Amino acid sequence: MFFVVLMSSIPYNNGWKDLPTYQLVKDCEDSNPLIRALAVRTMGCIRVDKITEYLCEPLRKCLKDEDPYVRKTAAVCVAKLYDISSSMVEDQGFLDQLKDLLSDSNPMVVANAVAALSEINEASVSGRPLVEMNAPTINKLLTALNECTEWGQVFILDALSNYSPRDAREAHSICERITPRLAHANAAVVLSAVKVLMKLMEMVSADTELVSTLSRKLAPPLVTLLSAEPEVQYVALRNINLVVQKRPDILKHEMKVFFVKYNDPIYVKLEKLDIMIRLASQANIAQVLGELKEYATEVDVDFVRKAVRAIGRCAIKVEPSAERCVSTLLELIQTKVNYVVQEAIVVIKDIFRKYPNKYESIISTLCENLDTLDEPEARASMVWIVGEYAERIDNADELLDSFLEGFHDENAQVQLQLLTAVVKLFLKRPADTQELVQHVLSLATQDSDNPDLRDRGFIYWRLLSTDPAAAKEVVLADKPLISEETDLLEPTLLDELICHISSLASVYHKPPTAFVEGRGAGVRKSLPSRGVVAEETSTQQPTVIPNQESLIGDLLSMDIGGPPPAPAPSSNVDLLAGGLDVLLGGGPEPGASAAAVPGGASGLLGDIFAVSAAPASYVPPKQCWLPADKGKGLEIWGTFSRQNGQPRMEMTFTNKAMQPMTGFAIQLNKNSFGVYPVGGLAVGAVGAGAGAEAALPLATHGPVQRMDPLNNLQVAIKNNIDVFYFACLIPAHILFTEDGQLDKRVFLTTWKEIPAANEVQHTLSNVVGTADSIAQKMTLNNIFTIAKRNVEGQDMLYQSLKLTNNIWVLLELKLQPGNPEATLSLKSRTVEVATCIFQAYEAIIKS
Amino acid sequence: MIGGLFVYNHKGEVLISRVYRDDIGRNAVDAFRVNVIHARQQVRSPVTNIARTSFFHIKRANIWLAAVTKQNVNAAMVFEFLLKIIDVMQSYFGKISEENIKNNFVLIYELLDEILDFGYPQNSDTGVLKTFITQQGIKSASKEEQAQITSQVTGQIGWRREGIKYRRNELFLDVLEYVNLLMSPQGQVLSAHVAGKVVMKSYLSGMPECKFGINDKIVMEAKGKGNGGISGNTDSDPARSGKPVVVIDDCQFHQCVKLSKFETEHSISFIPPDGEFELMRYRTTKDISLPFRVIPLVREVGRTKMEVKVVLKSNFKPSLLGQKIEVKIPTPLNTSGVQLICLKGKAKYKASENAIVWKIKRMAGMKETQLSAEIELLETDTKKKWTRPPISMGFEVPFAPSGFKVRYLKVFEPKLNYSDHDVIKWVRYIGRSGLYETRC
Repeated sequence: MFFVVLMSSIPYNNGWKDLPTYQLVKDCEDSNPLIRALAVRTMGCIRVDKITEYLCEPLRKCLKDEDPYVRKTAAVCVAKLYDISSSMVEDQGFLDQLKDLLSDSNPMVVANAVAALSEINEASVSGRPLVEMNAPTINKLLTALNECTEWGQVFILDALSNYSPRDAREAHSICERITPRLAHANAAVVLSAVKVLMKLMEMVSADTELVSTLSRKLAPPLVTLLSAEPEVQYVALRNINLVVQKRPDILKHEMKVFFVKYNDPIYVKLEKLDIMIRLASQANIAQVLGELKEYATEVDVDFVRKAVRAIGRCAIKVEPSAERCVSTLLELIQTKVNYVVQEAIVVIKDIFRKYPNKYESIISTLCENLDTLDEPEARASMVWIVGEYAERIDNADELLDSFLEGFHDENAQVQLQLLTAVVKLFLKRPADTQELVQHVLSLATQDSDNPDLRDRGFIYWRLLSTDPAAAKEVVLADKPLISEETDLLEPTLLDELICHISSLASVYHKPPTAFVEGRGAGVRKSLPSRGVVAEETSTQQPTVIPNQESLIGDLLSMDIGGPPPAPAPSSNVDLLAGGLDVLLGGGPEPGASAAAVPGGASGLLGDIFAVSAAPASYVPPKQCWLPADKGKGLEIWGTFSRQNGQPRMEMTFTNKAMQPMTGFAIQLNKNSFGVYPVGGLAVGAVGAGAGAEAALPLATHGPVQRMDPLNNLQVAIKNNIDVFYFACLIPAHILFTEDGQLDKRVFLTTWKEIPAANEVQHTLSNVVGTADSIAQKMTLNNIFTIAKRNVEGQDMLYQSLKLTNNIWVLLELKLQPGNPEATLSLKSRTVEVATCIFQAYEAIIKS
Repeated sequence: MIGGLFVYNHKGEVLISRVYRDDIGRNAVDAFRVNVIHARQQVRSPVTNIARTSFFHIKRANIWLAAVTKQNVNAAMVFEFLLKIIDVMQSYFGKISEENIKNNFVLIYELLDEILDFGYPQNSDTGVLKTFITQQGIKSASKEEQAQITSQVTGQIGWRREGIKYRRNELFLDVLEYVNLLMSPQGQVLSAHVAGKVVMKSYLSGMPECKFGINDKIVMEAKGKGNGGISGNTDSDPARSGKPVVVIDDCQFHQCVKLSKFETEHSISFIPPDGEFELMRYRTTKDISLPFRVIPLVREVGRTKMEVKVVLKSNFKPSLLGQKIEVKIPTPLNTSGVQLICLKGKAKYKASENAIVWKIKRMAGMKETQLSAEIELLETDTKKKWTRPPISMGFEVPFAPSGFKVRYLKVFEPKLNYSDHDVIKWVRYIGRSGLYETRC
């Protein structure tokens, strides 16, 4: 009893602290383990900094206590202490002690230690886990999993879900050891096991047997969760919703279990309905529709509305059923129940959009219900239907006119629809509706305070007054198709939520950061991707050059998928420009291009032309690639450039030896981007002390082999003296192709599709110039600015580029005027290219 | 993890409040009362987020039990835990009611301290808890006893203590099945499943190891194949060999069952807790023999009259008796009077439930009976149609509708001198109605 009083009074009463501390420290030595444990537990509740210092010693002892009950209590106490003073836990070595407890013989001690460690990891100040899990610890945890209490199993499974196995094999074995948990009576154990399995399934390739067996094994336990208490059912359903979105196959045959029961609580009903729609397919649509119709006559308004909406969604999702859905909806409209009718009209609008010119016969029925509509969404939908099919509704003008009477009382949504509908009507039947359109335009532009409405009114007005034909094209243009699936979660969010199955995040369908304050939110989780894992394994292999299954496999396959277009057949300008460097730089030695040398004048002309027409892309200053002392007198300075869509290697040869050099030849080793020389090295004899310039055009679909760093290029130069080897770095920007501009929309969707794990950030320093000048500079180097935005004084440039091996890279450049530092975020399916792209950016910006 | 736990009565007064973490402020108690208990609308979700604090609640018999947290906790675990607390409290002092909670608040605080540490659920097995959290005065236990308690609380077999002795080794098995049915008015089965559980009462000495066998299809087929190999009989289909099998969709076990063994060998082996516990739960959907069929016939005669005829057929062996049969036929809200004629049992119109309740004490298999009713309605002006809730029924039959059979339960106790034969075993099958509904 002493402890109970103490615990409740200590947090609020700091006055009498000496006595209890002394008593507690003494009790930690008591012969009764229950007393010792209670003392440790109470200690953790005293949240007074000064006292905690006295408690370190007893806690350390208790962590090594002979009695497991004391140890398990002490393990949790470490987490408590971390909450009070994180530095003390780190300094006093409690973390290591806690880690030792992971190999304790008693399963419950292990479970509590895992729980404490997970909490500490999530709360760590640095944001990085303080104690990393490794394969042996995981093994111990898996062993303890079989023996500890249901709650302990939950702790361990949750901790396992944070661990990423090294390779598919390890993932496989973990899966096998976890699957039995699916038969546990405790829903939390089942869901946590589902979480781990869903995460690991990402890691093993999709076609293996494991994935299919797992998918098969996951279904029954998920279904069984639906016979639990309603509250647990609710959590389960929210999670099933995620599972169904991620892997629709798992539950595709289990439609029936999601049928709503008469006395389910409303929150269970709504969730079941949601899942039913997701599972609806041609095979089960008849059953589903029957059920939905039944639900539409229930009592709860929200539920009925959702059911009606679901019927509409079925029509859009399963085409063959559209007919029946529409007739069901019509039946429901006949019931004249106000909210049913309104909801039905909203979904019928969508059906009209999906299947134009198919069900217009029902319009007359809809029009009968015009005056019962009082919700903005339903009214707007009805107005849209009237406008869209104005040519088929004889009294369309009257109908719209009746709406116009109370124009100013309408919701903005309805007003906008009315405006558009009247304009549509006018374009379809110009003869008798002129008055109407003028009326609505004046209403919208003169009497309204809503800027959206006013602007739209003005646009229509001007369109109609200047060019009615163009207006027709604009207003009556074909509408983009509406998507079949609605309410889908964004893929990145879905992946993150899959990692949070069974937790609150999965119940809210929001990332933890949205509802957890401060550091408790933890690190963002994401699903492991196969690519990353493959890469990790490859780095562990002893060979320097990884095998083709790793990243290069990806690069290769992309290459095969669509080889970059060969450089355009050399136009005149190209040839001239190609020869130009030689002319300007070298002078006497034979030019690379035969055409250029004789036509010196025209070459110069070409120079002027080329420069004025397209300012050259950035060419880094030449570097010394082969110093004379290593090249037996041959010194090579070189750089790379890109001209007219072709990368080139530019070199200056200097002969510092005593004898002339002849017979130059060049060879490039296989490299990451498949760069190889086109034609030979056009360098003749170089006399002693003389120099020569050479420009070597490069092509990019040669054999590929991954290099480290990625843009490393190994070169061999041969002459009459010897063969010399050196390596240089290809600046990435010479590999950016001219067709690297993405459409805005494509950019946006691609950006969303690429998982967050594939995002890399980088800070550029010494940035000078405005956003525009930078964008211009970038464009010269084939980095295309898709959009520019100004957010809170920062300029955001959205840019895309494409590498010669068809890797698309999407970038976001954040500039702050006056700040020499800029943030660059990069997203790409193959993030490995990031480093060299950052280097290229640095170089271009500084040029 | 769980930051705090509150118990309220139906008025929203706090009965128990225990805060485990100091990120939960004192106003959290009020926030839940104001936003959930006193909220105008019906509860739309068991999880509520108020000002970045999440509340999980369950409500049982006018008592609200709420867990509070500010972290991203495992939601399934919180609910399972709340349900467990209710379990534990029930086994300590019976029904959950305001009075019982007030009378036992010291005990409840003590329990909450033991089963939740810093918001982490600890051992919550009632059998074990009762060994050291008692309502009597504390005897000073000897050192061995203390060690035994702690090793048991944390031990591998946390659900059984050592040194149990019975003069008579006895065990009882109850196979309890709940049949759930949803039938269309035309008699088409829309969905049907059986949720079954096996409840075991064991009074066994020592640490007995038990092996439980059922007529599960997978096991029986594997066995059939094994036999086939020896006798050269390739006919391994147990259905054809005459023994009925049950196809179990999914099953779950009490924590004492060795799950990994079930996964690999499909055998159910365990060391049982002492006394009563739920050994397994299962679910089947195939070949369910539906004990009763309800055939409704509803006719609306004009605006003020309705005729209802309900035929009830029993569909099981004539030698067996169904019991506690109750059919509930919903009536419209504007019912003014009901005339009833039934061939068997008693029928009554209950205005408070808006339903005709027809009770039959016993009914043998393969029989048929019927009820007809004339319902008089008041004329109303409400346009809203009566939604015709389904007809539900309740019953109890002495067999397992899924076809589930216990094949054996073997007991091995190597240390004590009793064998499997000395154990007295009782098996009982009960089929009850779950949600057994026919739409009309």
